Amino acid sequence: MNQGVAITGMGIISAIGKDVQSNYHSLVSGTTGVQRVSKIDTIHRDAIWVGEIDWSNEELEARLNLPNDHNYTRTAVLGVWAAKQAAEDAKLSADPKIRTGLISATTVGGMDKTEKHYYEYLTSKACRKYIESHHAGDHSQKIAKELGIDQGLVTTISTACSSAANSVMLGARLIKTGRLDRVIVGGADPLSKFTINGFNALMILSDEHNTPFDQDRKGLNLGEAAAYLVLESEALVQKGNKKVYAYVSGYGNANDAFHQTASSDHGDGATLSMQKALEVAGLTPEDIDYINAHGTATRNNDLSEGRAFMRVFGEKVPLFSSTKPFTGHTLAAAGGIEAVFSVLALQHNTIFSNLNFKSPMEEFALRPQTETIQKELNHVLSNSLGFGGNCSTVIYSKRANS
Amino acid sequence: MKKVYIQSTGCISAQQSWGDVSFLATPLFYESKVLPVVAPNYKEYISAAAARRMAKAIKMGVTASHFAMQEAGKDNVDAIITGTGLGLVRDSEKFVSAIIDNGEQYLTPTSFIQSTHNTVAGQIALGINCKGYNLTYVHDSNSFESALLDSITQLQADEVASVLVGGVDELWDHTIEIHQLIGHIKEQAIATQTLLDSNTSGTVFAEGAGFFVLESEKKSNTYAEVVDVQLYGTLAEEEVAQAAEAFLKEHGMTPSAVDVLILGNNGDVAYDTYYDALADELFSETTQTYYKHLCGEFHTATAFGTWLAAKMLKTQTIPDVVRLNDKSTSHIETVLLYDQYRGENHSFILFQKC
Repeated sequence: MNQGVAITGMGIISAIGKDVQSNYHSLVSGTTGVQRVSKIDTIHRDAIWVGEIDWSNEELEARLNLPNDHNYTRTAVLGVWAAKQAAEDAKLSADPKIRTGLISATTVGGMDKTEKHYYEYLTSKACRKYIESHHAGDHSQKIAKELGIDQGLVTTISTACSSAANSVMLGARLIKTGRLDRVIVGGADPLSKFTINGFNALMILSDEHNTPFDQDRKGLNLGEAAAYLVLESEALVQKGNKKVYAYVSGYGNANDAFHQTASSDHGDGATLSMQKALEVAGLTPEDIDYINAHGTATRNNDLSEGRAFMRVFGEKVPLFSSTKPFTGHTLAAAGGIEAVFSVLALQHNTIFSNLNFKSPMEEFALRPQTETIQKELNHVLSNSLGFGGNCSTVIYSKRANS
Repeated sequence: MKKVYIQSTGCISAQQSWGDVSFLATPLFYESKVLPVVAPNYKEYISAAAARRMAKAIKMGVTASHFAMQEAGKDNVDAIITGTGLGLVRDSEKFVSAIIDNGEQYLTPTSFIQSTHNTVAGQIALGINCKGYNLTYVHDSNSFESALLDSITQLQADEVASVLVGGVDELWDHTIEIHQLIGHIKEQAIATQTLLDSNTSGTVFAEGAGFFVLESEKKSNTYAEVVDVQLYGTLAEEEVAQAAEAFLKEHGMTPSAVDVLILGNNGDVAYDTYYDALADELFSETTQTYYKHLCGEFHTATAFGTWLAAKMLKTQTIPDVVRLNDKSTSHIETVLLYDQYRGENHSFILFQKC
């Protein structure tokens, strides 16, 4: 039957920490990383809140020992930083016979450089090196080269806010079908004026700290992050006597087919993706101990996702929380950092709190978990829902399915 | 393990590759650095109001997918999987320049919404009300191949029975201009029929959309079987032949089993040498073909290459315009496509007659 795919390494950088441990400590201590913009030159600086990583590009470049003539975007430096951690954590051997892949995800790609040099490209030669790093796949190529796995399968996914969840899904599928022995999966998205102004024009940015599943929620806070998991085949795990953090046991992807940006009121896409994930995992709704919700705190998402919870779980909706108040909404990276948070939840038998919640929504009686609590967890469900109707669910389990 | 069959094609390119016309009977040549597409009348397939707001990539993608669905006689599929190297270039340019020009003020969200890479797959899903699996790959010249890999994996494992898979890329002013500045586009306009004789660096840019309905059941009008696809992030020139042999070996074949080799030569002297390792040695006795003098270069040009392979296998003909050598073959059973862009993101796709 379906055994699940082993997770043997993790790496992350977000507004609440630059490695797995510091992210965990911020989560359990209830310390948010959402603050005013400090690194991006935007007129919205005093109107919005963001989950910004406090290292500048220059600091990250220095820590990665990049040569002076490099053309790394912020997506690439964040991605390399987190992916290296994951590879080191899993103690990946450099055996060319082991088929190793990299699947990353981004929405912004090299837009942070493009928006800076857009007109300058036409007049000044110095910045033109970034033209080649604009496309979304550039950061993945760079990560793969840094890790010495560039000859293998390298690809990039972009399905808006569900992107990294789809990386996990593809990676797990490629291992289950025997096409790869191990794969690094995740995503990276930096803050940019492009996304800040895009979401601002859509009028879904909150001028306060985001409050998922609250009646008075005012919208999302953007964030930046990168996170990766190492997935390995059972054969490799046994051969290398590897520690396994958890398993990817189920996954589902569906399209809402309702509207280009908005989710349907009844959450058709999210309902389908959760049901598919349960089916792939061979689990029933009662088996889920905790949901790491997408919970962006927009009017639309939380209503649609909440209704989907009730359609899948009926009266018995599991304990759930959104960790977006800690990190902001990190777009393509969200499904990656929340994969790390889901595994941490399983490892520590801990449910992280949904910060900033005050009043339940009038449409239903669902209340997110507002205190960090200890609870025996076996199966955690993580949702990632995006523009274009893209809905994805991944289920993380403590043990391999029997 | 299930097999994967190409049931239909929908291809919009610089050639007349859609509609009821015979296979590349009247190839089109251009004297240019950037090729246009032979566009259908989009209003026949998309409402005029919707089409007005739509970027070329959306119009091409939605219409090409319509052609593929229509030919396959389907009104829905289990999955929609697309690839796009640069995504929605026009709307990205529009939104970035508006941010700069207006100092982040007075912005409307339309171009931001349409700039996301998954717009085409989302619009197709909306159009046919497909709530199934939906994915968009954005990995340079391996974007379409990634979508194909995902499709094959799911069809073989019987997770889905039908997939609409496609690749689409568009061009717009700023993108063309900056790629000209860094020499990715040739300095001088070139007659496309002489693309491989240019002896200069850079290539001829273009845009296009190629969509296919793939299913795990063979039908009477099936074009061909897609046996497998293999992706490499990087390969050295001297490793290409070895990689081709290993890929064929995995499927119990040797190079001599290949009847037609399709190569992605784009006339860039700096990088066409990757193809020479296959053309000059391993497949020197094989019928060799090429296609980028017809469709131009773009990140998802292999979707056109796939259309070419499917057409050759179904019609059992090799149009003279795609021939790269004078080796003949009495039958077309097996076709191998090899492509790379600027020395990175190499792919092999293996097709068979069915």
